[in-house]
Amino acid sequence: MKRELYLKGIKDAMPIGVGYFTVSLTFGLQASMGGLSVIEATILSLSCLTSAGQFGGLELIIAQAGYFEIALTQLVLNMRYILMSTSLSQKINKNASIFQRMLVSHGITDEIYGVSMMQEGRISPYYSYGLMTSGMIGWGSGTFIGATLGNILPLDILNALGLALYGMFIAIIIPPAKHNRHIIIIIITTMITSSLFDIIPVFNQISSGFRIIIITLLLASLFAYLFPVKETINE
Amino acid sequence: MNKTYIYIFIMALVTYLIRAIPLTFIHKDIENPFIKSFLYYVPYVTLSAMIFPSILSSTGNTFTALVGFIIALVLAYNECSLTTVAFVACLAAFITSFCI
Repeated sequence: MKRELYLKGIKDAMPIGVGYFTVSLTFGLQASMGGLSVIEATILSLSCLTSAGQFGGLELIIAQAGYFEIALTQLVLNMRYILMSTSLSQKINKNASIFQRMLVSHGITDEIYGVSMMQEGRISPYYSYGLMTSGMIGWGSGTFIGATLGNILPLDILNALGLALYGMFIAIIIPPAKHNRHIIIIIITTMITSSLFDIIPVFNQISSGFRIIIITLLLASLFAYLFPVKETINE
Repeated sequence: MNKTYIYIFIMALVTYLIRAIPLTFIHKDIENPFIKSFLYYVPYVTLSAMIFPSILSSTGNTFTALVGFIIALVLAYNECSLTTVAFVACLAAFITSFCI
């Protein structure tokens, strides 16, 4: 049974693995162009397993930013996992041990969380291990290959691949916005605010990591105040 | 140990703790409506701020990036998969780069 659940997890997350592969190719490329070795880039991907956090963190590593800034950036960029992790604590088998929960935690990503929540009833940790396996194989191998081939691919292709991560982000936020007017308002307001930070003098001196921290804390609080969410966390 | 591994360690540690603490220790629902709402909106704000305007400089050419951005919006609106949206947006930018 454990084995079947594990295999079902691997199978269910295969599309995620393929998607991760294409996006992490770009991460590997950027990491190698930024001076990281293939091994460093791959270890980074397998240990962090987070798109936004890694791309943000990579910029800071390349800029040799302070340790505190990089920690704070990860905290804010990945803060959404607090919600997902909390929500999964209601979804995982009640009898899952602390150790099993600690293992499942490493695999919480936007997409794996999405697949987990679509399952009926509670989920077994073994199913989650399966999801993680596909995700990590895609994310790790893409990074490895991207970092290895970084200097071989022609510039036109490299440039175009720069869009992959943004494409994935867009695919995450747009579908829910179709059915929720507040989310549309939030997306548009945030993009305008973020553009203003880019244009206005003084503000455009703020590093990209802190810019995202400031905008997120400010606007998510504002929207939480303006449009309180009534439905439960699982929806 | 070089500095890069220290950075990686910090990133991995912070990210892991964020993921692990609630799942491991929280066994009740969050009741505070403000915190619930705040956490609900975080991904949309964070990702939107990351997408725009940085996406316009992601391909080295504002026009090809803009084409890719619009294509991605249309495909995402039609609920295409993450892979499709990412791949076709890249392809659109790649093709556009030959047309200018």
